[in-house]
Amino acid sequence: MTDAVVPIDHAEPRAARVAAGSYLDSEGGGLSEWLLATDHKRIALLYALMITAFFFIGGAAATLIRLELISPHGHFLTDDEYNHVFTLHGIIMVWFFLVPLIPATFGNFLLPLMIGAPDVAFPKLNLASWYLTLIGGICVLAAMMLGGVDTGWTFYPPYSTAFSNSNVAVAVVGVIIAGFGTIATGVNFVATTHMLRAPGMTWFRMPLFVWTIYATSLVMILATPVLAITLALVAADRLFGLPVFDGFRGGDPLLFQHLFWFYSHPAVYIMILPAMGVVTEVITCFARRRVFGYAMMVYAVLAIAIIGFTVWGHHMFVSGQSVFANLVFSFLSFIVAVPSAIKVFNWTATLYRGQITFEAPMLYALGFVGLFTIGGLTGLFLASVPIDIQVTGTYFVVAHFHYVMVGGAVSAYFAGLHFWWPKITGRLYPESWARFAAVLMFFGFNFTFFPQFILGYLGMPRRYHEYPPEFQPWNIMSSAGAVVLAAAYLMPLGYLTWACFYGKPAPANPWNAKGLEWWTSSPPPKHNFLRTPVVTEDPYDYHDSDMSPEPQARPVDVARAHG
Amino acid sequence: MSAFPIFPREASSFAPKTDALYFTLVAVSGAIALLVFVLIVVFAVRYRRGSSSPRGALPPLISHEFEIGWTTATLFAFLMLFWWAGSNQIYQLLPPAQAMEIHVVAKQWMWKIEHPNGVREINMLHAPIDEPIRLDMTSQDVIHSFSVPDFRIKQDILPGRYVESWFRATKIGTFRLYCTQFCGTAHSGMVGSVVIMSKPDFASWLAAQHPAGDLAGQGRALFTSLGCAGCHTPGGPIHAPDLAGLYGRKVPLSNGAFALVDAAYIRDRILDPQSNPPAGYDPIMPSFKGEVDDGQILALTAYIRSLGSSRGALR
Amino acid sequence: MADAAVAPDPLREPWSDLSRQREAATLGMWLFLMSEMLFFGALFMAFSFSRALDPAAFAEAARHAEIAYGAANTAVLVTSSLTITIAVRAADVERGRLAARLLAATAFLGVAFLIIKGFEYRDDLRHHLVPGHDFALGQNATQIFWAFYWAMTGIHAIHLTVGVALVLRLFWLVRRGRISLASPQLEVTSLYWHLVDAFWIVLFPVLYVAVRA
Ligand code: HEA
Ligand code: HEA
Ligand code: HEC
Ligand code: CUA
Ligand SMILES: [Cu+2]
Repeated sequence: MTDAVVPIDHAEPRAARVAAGSYLDSEGGGLSEWLLATDHKRIALLYALMITAFFFIGGAAATLIRLELISPHGHFLTDDEYNHVFTLHGIIMVWFFLVPLIPATFGNFLLPLMIGAPDVAFPKLNLASWYLTLIGGICVLAAMMLGGVDTGWTFYPPYSTAFSNSNVAVAVVGVIIAGFGTIATGVNFVATTHMLRAPGMTWFRMPLFVWTIYATSLVMILATPVLAITLALVAADRLFGLPVFDGFRGGDPLLFQHLFWFYSHPAVYIMILPAMGVVTEVITCFARRRVFGYAMMVYAVLAIAIIGFTVWGHHMFVSGQSVFANLVFSFLSFIVAVPSAIKVFNWTATLYRGQITFEAPMLYALGFVGLFTIGGLTGLFLASVPIDIQVTGTYFVVAHFHYVMVGGAVSAYFAGLHFWWPKITGRLYPESWARFAAVLMFFGFNFTFFPQFILGYLGMPRRYHEYPPEFQPWNIMSSAGAVVLAAAYLMPLGYLTWACFYGKPAPANPWNAKGLEWWTSSPPPKHNFLRTPVVTEDPYDYHDSDMSPEPQARPVDVARAHG
Repeated sequence: MSAFPIFPREASSFAPKTDALYFTLVAVSGAIALLVFVLIVVFAVRYRRGSSSPRGALPPLISHEFEIGWTTATLFAFLMLFWWAGSNQIYQLLPPAQAMEIHVVAKQWMWKIEHPNGVREINMLHAPIDEPIRLDMTSQDVIHSFSVPDFRIKQDILPGRYVESWFRATKIGTFRLYCTQFCGTAHSGMVGSVVIMSKPDFASWLAAQHPAGDLAGQGRALFTSLGCAGCHTPGGPIHAPDLAGLYGRKVPLSNGAFALVDAAYIRDRILDPQSNPPAGYDPIMPSFKGEVDDGQILALTAYIRSLGSSRGALR
Repeated sequence: MADAAVAPDPLREPWSDLSRQREAATLGMWLFLMSEMLFFGALFMAFSFSRALDPAAFAEAARHAEIAYGAANTAVLVTSSLTITIAVRAADVERGRLAARLLAATAFLGVAFLIIKGFEYRDDLRHHLVPGHDFALGQNATQIFWAFYWAMTGIHAIHLTVGVALVLRLFWLVRRGRISLASPQLEVTSLYWHLVDAFWIVLFPVLYVAVRA
């Protein structure tokens, strides 16, 4: 456990110590100082705590799902209980875990640091976002307590409006409230990026993580309101009997699906773009190479964000929409994959001629590239109409989205968590534990979800709590893998908590990395920089000859002067 | 069914085509994934910190051309894949002209099947091999989806609307039928079987059932008992359209649009005749909403079809 | 009113310069308005789509909407947009008292709108125009129109209520001199108000006028 991260600044342990002026203690540590904090760094930590809690609630639901599916007869839960459990799992994991995951934690913490700003543009609004998300989450949990929701996270009418006997309205209202929190975050980040960049921080000097947060925020602003109104119409039906989607009275249930996916497809890019940003930062740092094709990466991010708005119909190939629509949406889904391909190739090319080391963040990041590639490529299967006809509504889709969301986005989150952990907490984490967890997660993940591709093509429908006995071997495999995966997720909870208290103090720049966030102390002072930094060079200026394990003092390493 | 299947049986005319596309995609994406993984591993080993491999900047020209190269290469690969997948899809969409027609009514949580001669079954569908079979489907409550993985077919079924799907089975046997659109409590219990028989076997199976009368025949009886015949008799006192030869035609509507006369259109006319009547008639036909159920509408539709249809191979 | 003297400094963290702070506030509001436009845009899309399924029923249903109330309300809201615009101009030129009065007028007009709307709702209720079993026009797509009517006007009314609250708050702050007339809040609130007004301008023809023809 005493393994330290390389390279450490042995020369000056005191100076890099959790300085008295750090954001963690400069404003007081009482509960109200935290719950009313407007400092973006504190809000990031509030989010991190909340999101971790939601992850374990969603994870507990996943545990129940996998437990139930060990047996084909589903003796462990009743059908209604099972329906409630996967609905809870989906709602919590999507809206209260993955959508805010990276933007609200690293985005909040790092966006101002990376562009050299003292805070986000609207600090109070930032805090309000957190409360909105929290209240939304409480509504969803309340809906669960009051009898549950059984519609699936997609809320399709007429089941959700006219037939379900569960607490749809409360859950839907919770999601809408959290949606406003998301919009507020998006507004805040876009305004911050436009208005608060430090002198010299031109658009094309911004780190790619900032670009991805910027693009994500735009998608949040433009897509989330459509979800809000769509779900509001569902709530209006349940609460006041307004039958907007009622097919028997001349409405159209497909209209709901169009609106829902018009949001939800861009939403999957809300989940993956920031993850791509994190991975870019990590790979370039540990390969000690400038990102291959910086400009291309920027355009790819923007292209994904824009084209992502045009492909929603690929979720509706068998819904009864027209053939022509199917062809168009299929075509666009292939097109949107091109920029993702560019990113995968550029990450690979960044490794070429590097000076690569394999600390835990790098292991997670490489795991991301592998799992995202598999998840993305199976997205192309789904985009091909004849194959989608076979596998839509089956475990193939379940496997696809867990590969991109869990294997992709969550791995990237762990990469970033380890990468910026010293900056956020001022402490180093135990490296060999972290490496072990990273490898375990990769294998546990594949073990859990790869069998589901096979189940899917065989035709095992999703949202089934009993299934034909011939599918059992694959399901047992998947459940066994989930045990490994659960262990891999619980490990960081343990060793990172430990590191909060007993980890070695971190220097300002433990990785010898290049972003502005490393110019200031670990953890940073309240206003991030004592003097506004002035940017004079392009990002990722990792020189080919720079092999020195020692962190380099930066010209504006202000916190040291302060300490 | 084997105890540990890894691949679904190929039991319809679609299956080989879908599978060919599937295997190609597996091969292409497997190759690409392999390429990416191998490159990562090779670079990781060769350029680990401190290794003796040569470093240094890339000539900018090369890096630029590489990017353009692989971007266009992926674009072309995607276009080819799309083109193939798309053409495959179009093929699937055209049911052959003289397909045998089976009606499917989905409801929470069962499948009600009705054969052309009125034989009904529940959660079972018997059909002959090598014969194109069209499924005319509707739902009585929520959205369901009709899925037979061994046939590679699936179609969502919407409430209050008619949707179609079709297949031609190529294997004798029993195949699983699932509902694959979440429809509530017993969604996972909404399963059944499709039993494919040789043509003689099917004929004798059908003969052994006790049909509730021929569907079109039922429809004819309803047509009289409900009073439709009072108006829709050519030369009668009321100016109402002649229904003979109507099915499959395009009729002009009073709002200037055209409508194709199919099951859905007939259903609309019966349930809501006032909205958008055919051009040249007064909207005097009464609505039969609440008086006829879905089964009766199917029977009436079958009768109207039996009066002759101009349905061609392409529609 | 000696407001400027006691008004607190409008500069807020993290800004070091008031003009940039104002610029950011305005930018932020515009971003939010973009979001709102998609919110209402999706609602209008859904409406048009549903109308295309059965234009006749929608036309029939729209004939029962009370155009007199709608027209009166349009006039009220347009006037309120005018008053809030002048209020902001007045604040710009440091005419605090005038600004406060105009803000009060704006809030008053907003409340008037809601009251007129209330009367209209009462009539609609009397005529059984709420979708359901005793709906007056039959079990067909006219119910869809009325479902949209209630949803759209209801959502608009919620927006307007928020707007009234914001304007009242500003009125109180300005009157008491608790806010500097240079604060970006005035302009931002008026932007929001205009948006709510603009939605009504679209709603009115859609629900009351266009489909009558
Ligand atoms: C983070 C989330 C995320 C991401 C990034 C994606 C990415 C993609 N998704 Fe996925 N998707 C989901 C989350 C996500 N998806 C979810 C949650 C669902 C189900 C919702 C539900 O029903 O509950 C879903 C469902 C879904 C469907 C509907 C399935 C169905 O219900 O029938 C489809 C269909 O087209 C699809 C397609 C795609 C495509 C084409 C991409 C592309 O963006 C992928 C692009 C990436 C690559 C292609 C890999 C890298 C590329 C290369 C290495 C290049 C080389 C390749 C070649 C030359 C072939 N997705
Ligand atoms: C970010 C999103 C996210 C994440 C992280 C996960 C994580 C996991 N998911 Fe989930 N999943 C979805 C998003 C996500 N999922 C969505 C959107 C759906 C669709 C829902 C719908 O159909 O509506 C879905 C559906 C879904 C299904 C299909 C259900 C069905 O259709 O019938 C399955 C089945 O295996 C599954 C499994 C898992 C597993 C094993 C994990 C694992 O990765 C989880 C591992 C983590 C842990 C296991 C946590 C460890 C914590 C503990 C061990 C504490 C235990 C405490 C107690 C038991 C008290 N998920
Ligand atoms: C009172 C007379 C009357 C009765 C009874 C009646 N119809 Fe009609 N029907 C009409 C008229 C008039 C039209 C054309 C105008 C319209 O659609 O309202 C019509 C139109 C139709 C059409 C559309 C024909 C076209 O050319 O598009 C169909 C199909 C139809 N009716 C079927 C039926 C069936 C089935 C019944 C019994 C359940 C029935 N009708 C009972 C008068 C009647
Ligand atoms: Cu019927 Cu699911
Ligand atoms: Cu999608």
